Amino acid sequence: MAGPGEPGLSTTAERRIVLGDAGGAPEKDWVIVARGLTREYDMGGEIVRALRGVDIAIRRNEYVAIMGPSGSGKSTLMNLIGCLDTPTGGEYWLNGMLVSDMNDDELARIRNREIGFVFQTFNLLPRASALHNVELPLVYGGVPAAERRKRAAEALDSVGLADRMSHRPNELSGGQRQRVAIARALVNRPSILLADEPTGNLDSTTSAEIMNVFETLASSGQTVIMVTHEADIAAHARRVVVLRDGMVESDDRREKFAARIGG
Amino acid sequence: MRLLDAVRLAFQTLRVQKLKSFFTLAGVTIGVMFLIAVVSIVEGMGSYMENDFVAKLIGVNTFQLRRFPMISDASESEWREWVRRPRITFDDAREVAAALPDDALWSVESSDNIAIESRFARPRALEAMAVDGDYFRIRNMEVSQGRLISPQELTLGSRVVVIGEEIATRFFPRLSPIGRTLKVGGTSYEVIGVAAKQGSIFGMSMDRFVITSANAPLQRIVNPHNLIDGMKVKSSTTEGMFEARETVRQVMRSRHRLRPSQKDNFVMETSESALEFWTKIEGNLVIAGVILPAIALIVGAMVIMNIMLVAVSERTREIGIRKAIGAKYRDILAQFLVEATTLSIIGAAIGVALGIIISQAIAALSPLPATVAPWSIVIGILVGAGVGVIAGVYPASRAARLDPIVALRAE
Repeated sequence: MAGPGEPGLSTTAERRIVLGDAGGAPEKDWVIVARGLTREYDMGGEIVRALRGVDIAIRRNEYVAIMGPSGSGKSTLMNLIGCLDTPTGGEYWLNGMLVSDMNDDELARIRNREIGFVFQTFNLLPRASALHNVELPLVYGGVPAAERRKRAAEALDSVGLADRMSHRPNELSGGQRQRVAIARALVNRPSILLADEPTGNLDSTTSAEIMNVFETLASSGQTVIMVTHEADIAAHARRVVVLRDGMVESDDRREKFAARIGG
Repeated sequence: MRLLDAVRLAFQTLRVQKLKSFFTLAGVTIGVMFLIAVVSIVEGMGSYMENDFVAKLIGVNTFQLRRFPMISDASESEWREWVRRPRITFDDAREVAAALPDDALWSVESSDNIAIESRFARPRALEAMAVDGDYFRIRNMEVSQGRLISPQELTLGSRVVVIGEEIATRFFPRLSPIGRTLKVGGTSYEVIGVAAKQGSIFGMSMDRFVITSANAPLQRIVNPHNLIDGMKVKSSTTEGMFEARETVRQVMRSRHRLRPSQKDNFVMETSESALEFWTKIEGNLVIAGVILPAIALIVGAMVIMNIMLVAVSERTREIGIRKAIGAKYRDILAQFLVEATTLSIIGAAIGVALGIIISQAIAALSPLPATVAPWSIVIGILVGAGVGVIAGVYPASRAARLDPIVALRAE
């Protein structure tokens, strides 16, 4: 089912089939299927339409960038994909579950089990050690303390921070903080790693370092979705979805995207 | 998230914000401290009143016949009625004594502050008593030196006195008082005995007295002709005491010519009935002891609520992060509720400790006794926890209701 020469990449034709089956539960290897997603905000009587019908299908193991200028609706889309928000219209299937109908507590459980967030501003708890920060999703997942500790330590070890476990965020460099955040995102073995401008607060050397971590994760089979407004960061992904004015403008393999923006 | 994790988290936050936490605790600490201290003092006074004070003044299986109660918090109209009552006379006493069963003891008493002097000390007004009947046996009084006044001496009105220990040391410093002369109200008496030490009540010495016969010259100075302060009657059993009291009531009512519709115009107090007065005061003290701490606790609750609201707005982003990675409504609610409760329980625990210290200090430095009741400690801690829960509910639910997207955008 993988596209030729690109393992784990869905083809346009496959996506068209799964997106066309409105109301139907997608097959298991489609981790994200959003059909006609809309989101409207009431800004003091005036309706702002942030998303005007977005169709996106992402297969397991894909590495996708969602790109677009500010105001294109990519933050809104990220909040919906990340289950922080619910759509005004359309349906959103995450890992075979219809998320768009869920209540707040069910969404919290989905966020805990299925989604690993990596934020631009790291969003670590400032007063807690790296280890405790990474443990946090397991605390809310009800994992017993001893196992929690073990799994958090393993996750930190996997991002190369085995010797920084007891450090607090302010004792770590920007790159190290983002690695802690990645460890936290991965500790619950989520279906998708959802990164929002992950290099926005980092210098270019550190950015490259973090992009390498994502590359390694993607190659090892982790589904990665990255939201960014920088084309060169988006170009690290295997597939790039470009949003404009709340709609999908293009959804291409990296090579086509690079060729287009390269002029 | 489990309770243990929530408690651990609360302690972590408190450790980081020591000063703020301290101020937060103060209200609850002061409230619980007052509660413990007041309850301890009231309890201590209560057991003291029951075990020592009234028992020493009246005694077991004993009642005293008087014109009006010895201790009371009477209103002015009651007082006006009391002072119009007829006084008790020797003739009353004689008739009462004659009506009593053989095994009952009785005594007649009159007392006042009278100038007392000796060759060795300057005069001073101190309590002098003129007694008759079985006074010494009713009080179980014994002597440390000399002897008691004999029934013959009481009847004859011999000029002899038994004195308290403090009188002995004051008027006969470094001397044996036995056989020496003591002037009471201008008349010379021979000291024949020194009473064994009685101790003190609420810091008042019980060893400052002079006792002589009700037929001695002192009686005329203490009370007008034929009048006495009152009588004591002691039976060997409680039932005997109640029977004797009924007998005395009938005698007194007929002597005072009371019609059946009229109330007694005299009182017969037992140690229990004298305690009723204390029970009334105790009730008022307990109310005061509840209201004062309650005010402090309300203030404490408001402080905690305010601090928790500040904490929620300061930690909005933290709440956003926690929600983003899977904290449910009840997880955030529990976090802030446990934090508020932990805070106020710590405050209450400090308050309990301070309250115990204060009541012990009061017991040591003043005549007021104080005993710390175990139940007051339990109540103190529970009240502290309750304050935390009440003060924490609103801020915690505000935190739990935050929209994760908005919270994540907070500074």
